Amino acid sequence: MRDNHINPAFRADGWVLLLFVCLLIFGWVSVCGASHSFGELDFLSFDSRAGKQLLWISCALGLGAIILMFDDHYFDMMADLVYWIIMLVLFVTPFLAHDIKGSKSWISLGPVNLQPAEFAKCATALMLSKLIGQNGFTLNVRAHLFKASAYVLLPLLLIVLQKETGSALVFFAFFLMFYREGMSGSILFCAVAAVTYFIIGIGYSYDLLPGTTASIGEFSVLLLIWLFTVGLLKVYHPRQPEHARRILSGGVLLHLLTYGFSSLILPFDVSWGQLIGLTAMIVYLGVQWIGQRMRSFLLISIFSIGSIGFLYASDYALNNVLKEYQRTRIKVLLGVEEDRDASYNVNQSKIAIGSGGLQGKGFMNGTQTKLDYVPEQDTDFIFCTVGEEQGFVGASVVLLLFLALILRLILLAERQTSTFGRVFGYCVLSILLFHVFINIGMVLGLAPVIGIPLPFFSYGGSSLWGFTLLLFIFLRIDAGRKKR
Amino acid sequence: MPKDYSYEKRKYTIAAIATVVIVVYIIRLFSLQLMSDDYRKSADSNAFRKEIIYPSRGLIHDRNGKLLVYNEPSYNILVTMQDQRGVDTLDFCRTVGITKEEYIERMADIKDSKKHPGYSRNTPQLFMSQIPAREFSKFREKLFRFNGFSAEKRSVRRYAESIGAHFLGDVGEVNQTDIDSDSYYKSGDYIGKLGVERSYEKVLRGEKGMRIMLRDVHGRTQGHYQDGKYDTEAKPGRNLTLGIDLQTQLLAERLLENKLGAIVAIEPETGEVLCMASAPSYDPRTMVGRDRGKHHRILMQHPMRPLLNRAISGTYPPGSTFKMTQVLMGLQEGSIDPHVAFPCYHGFNYKGLHLGCHGHTTPTPLLSAIQTSCNAYFCWNLLRMFGNRPKYGNVQTAMTRWKDHLVRMGFGYKLGIDLPGERRGMIPNADYYDKAYKKSWNALTVISISIGQGEVTATPLQVANLCATIANRGFYYVPHMTRRVQGGRIDTTYTRPRHTMVDRRWYEYAVEGMRRAVLGGTCRGANLPDIEVCGKTGTAQNRGQDHSAFMGFAPMHKPKIALCVYIENGGFGADFAVPIGSLIIEQYLTGKLSEASRKKAELFQHRIIKYGNYAR
Repeated sequence: MRDNHINPAFRADGWVLLLFVCLLIFGWVSVCGASHSFGELDFLSFDSRAGKQLLWISCALGLGAIILMFDDHYFDMMADLVYWIIMLVLFVTPFLAHDIKGSKSWISLGPVNLQPAEFAKCATALMLSKLIGQNGFTLNVRAHLFKASAYVLLPLLLIVLQKETGSALVFFAFFLMFYREGMSGSILFCAVAAVTYFIIGIGYSYDLLPGTTASIGEFSVLLLIWLFTVGLLKVYHPRQPEHARRILSGGVLLHLLTYGFSSLILPFDVSWGQLIGLTAMIVYLGVQWIGQRMRSFLLISIFSIGSIGFLYASDYALNNVLKEYQRTRIKVLLGVEEDRDASYNVNQSKIAIGSGGLQGKGFMNGTQTKLDYVPEQDTDFIFCTVGEEQGFVGASVVLLLFLALILRLILLAERQTSTFGRVFGYCVLSILLFHVFINIGMVLGLAPVIGIPLPFFSYGGSSLWGFTLLLFIFLRIDAGRKKR
Repeated sequence: MPKDYSYEKRKYTIAAIATVVIVVYIIRLFSLQLMSDDYRKSADSNAFRKEIIYPSRGLIHDRNGKLLVYNEPSYNILVTMQDQRGVDTLDFCRTVGITKEEYIERMADIKDSKKHPGYSRNTPQLFMSQIPAREFSKFREKLFRFNGFSAEKRSVRRYAESIGAHFLGDVGEVNQTDIDSDSYYKSGDYIGKLGVERSYEKVLRGEKGMRIMLRDVHGRTQGHYQDGKYDTEAKPGRNLTLGIDLQTQLLAERLLENKLGAIVAIEPETGEVLCMASAPSYDPRTMVGRDRGKHHRILMQHPMRPLLNRAISGTYPPGSTFKMTQVLMGLQEGSIDPHVAFPCYHGFNYKGLHLGCHGHTTPTPLLSAIQTSCNAYFCWNLLRMFGNRPKYGNVQTAMTRWKDHLVRMGFGYKLGIDLPGERRGMIPNADYYDKAYKKSWNALTVISISIGQGEVTATPLQVANLCATIANRGFYYVPHMTRRVQGGRIDTTYTRPRHTMVDRRWYEYAVEGMRRAVLGGTCRGANLPDIEVCGKTGTAQNRGQDHSAFMGFAPMHKPKIALCVYIENGGFGADFAVPIGSLIIEQYLTGKLSEASRKKAELFQHRIIKYGNYAR
């Protein structure tokens, strides 16, 4: 009871605040390094990007302080209202916005341009927290999962309409929170499997397997489907090991026969042999399902059929549905194609980071970033500046700061007494992780070039304020939690 | 709220995902930043443009400080294709003086990546080179209208007088061999090609400086890297002061007009070359700038070989001038004695061998023999030396001794003058004759070497050096062009005296003989009223008309100049070489020519020697 009389701002988690401030300082230094030409040293002038960023940071700190003053019940109460208002704003944005680099996502409010999509993350997080926090709402009930997903997909679609694909993809981060809240792990497994099939299937689609006319990509994916199926059988039917054993030995025999025939006698497309084998396997599983009336056999066979379908559908979608530039981006990322324009950015970015060495070139001494070789060097590619000027040491420290923040947030989320608080905490850390994963992965040449900002680093107010909102609302909720 | 707990362990999965992502990224950072240096190199080549600052080339002065060679600004026109837009091509062509077709061709050449591997749209490319300042000023006025064009200042050599093409040499673009042998040079740099420009290249060129400029993604310069911390200034080339006396050189070149031949004069007490002329010559001013290649080709193909510096690269039979070496050697070896005379009945007669001589009294003692250039005397000398079995054992040993004397006097090998292209001449040795005559030969077989004919050849420089040695009474300094190098010393090769194997006292006889030759012998024409000139003529037999040669020094005591004049097909030594030699001596020692001498100089300047079908 005594706690209620203390200003909740003093009970905000010190570790998160410390990490937040560290990241802000690091971020501002990087913006200074990235946005200045040599010889100019006017960090504090509001005409310069560094000066403006300092203003945004001050506003963010003010915003954080204000949020800490709120009563924590407001967040729960206001969630629906805020969510729908933001949805409305998102809906009208394309009509009000002017075109900036092909996207219609910015609204001008006097001197400041705001990107509502950045705030939609927070609104959606609040809405989902409230929804899942309701008594009796569990994500392992399919109807509940669909409902929660609908709240995620609505802003996602609205943002896609603004042609901000990158910001829209961020909403998939909520599925990580769903997983924590009871969504079946198999959905996560399916997502990972799909990404793996995609990367291998498309990435190696033009390399032929030696001794055959099959592509390595197709062959490997079909091999994986077979192995996954065997794995699933072992996990879900530990008491009937004969099924897994039969499928495993049959598969080995089949691969040896087809591959041996192809490489020794007459080269042919061995994936046809694999497909016949997989069909036989699915029939076998179907027979087991009918015979034993166990649904898991059906689900495993559906997984196999779905996997095969996904492989061929993704190939078809890539070549026939996606636009040329999207196809190029994906193919460049997967190393199938060498495209000058698309690979230029990633290449220059790798040069910038690689040239930093162990200790970096020193503050304001990065040549790659300062001389405009790296595109978007103070927004999406800002991590280049860190890598170039602060070197391996600085860049690793930044990564570890993010990791520390995420782990700390997991800890805080888990200590919440209300589902609302925990769900919100997981929303915050999932979004943070997704941004770091995609943004730095892109800069390092490991993830596709998707234009999303690096939290607390990238130049601009909207993104910074969006993350400040998320973080401080959670801090406020945490500060007001009841002792368990 | 009981529903929480069943999924709580999933926090570990999520924490593991986050940790794996970050660890993978750190590993990726490690491989990018620490595993290879390639990215740093790529970044550097992206960002740095190294701008060369060219040093000014050292100046060349004559011995009195008169400027011979200096620099004048010239300009290269560069073009940056990226910015080259909206240029009035016709106006441009008119301004720089080329045709539209040449313009189109040049542009195509620049863009052709085969001919031009370093091509980039964003960096300035060489469009035209070496435009003289006068022509360039027209271009500069209009430069603002020619977007994408820029200019780079270089310099070209200028010559105060049209003299000394052979020893001054010239400067031209480096060739692949130059680039391969010295990493200092980059394509397009200049290097001394001939003469002192080549031999003192490292002194004259200076050191290039470098500015490291930052270049942004558009190829624009964004200032100095690290505020110029790593920039280096160009070090200007050092100046050279040559031993050449401009006035004497001018006279020497005048006197050689319409003839083939060479004049070399040396200051005996230092070995400095006072003048060096070779004919035919050419105007060094033509070997500058854009037309250098064309002119060079014409000179290369000319039958009289004007590029050949006959003073150091022409090897001639030295003729009677060579007799002075025989006198000195004979006295030292004891085959002759100042007081012993030898008979000369219109020549040398021995065992049926006859070698003619011109009319003079007989028998001939040493000094008269020099004075009259008596062939017989020197034949006797060689015969007595090569036949002295008690002393040498056999003719081979005697021949070796003979050769050693000459080598120590500077014959048979390059003297080592600081100019490229020196030839060594020919002094036969015993092996040579053993091969030629199957070991069956004696003094009589090779008797003509005693009078500087036969197999013996020498360059005018070697003869002038012999003269300097006599003037010095027994030693010489390796002849050299350079008197002083700014801020340095000349090579010790040129400051160390070289002594011959002949005692100083014998040299006094040689000097006395040469003095008599001027006073009342073969080179009376070299006599000057107030100067004690010593000289020796040479008339070198040849397939055509004899070569006319003279060597002499003055004054007799404390000599200041020793020279050799060699006029191809000039007849007797007295016909051309002697009068020309005396004019040079007079010019150098008195600084002017007397009225009579001026007339004589005029006469000899315009006297033409006809060279029918020249075949040297």
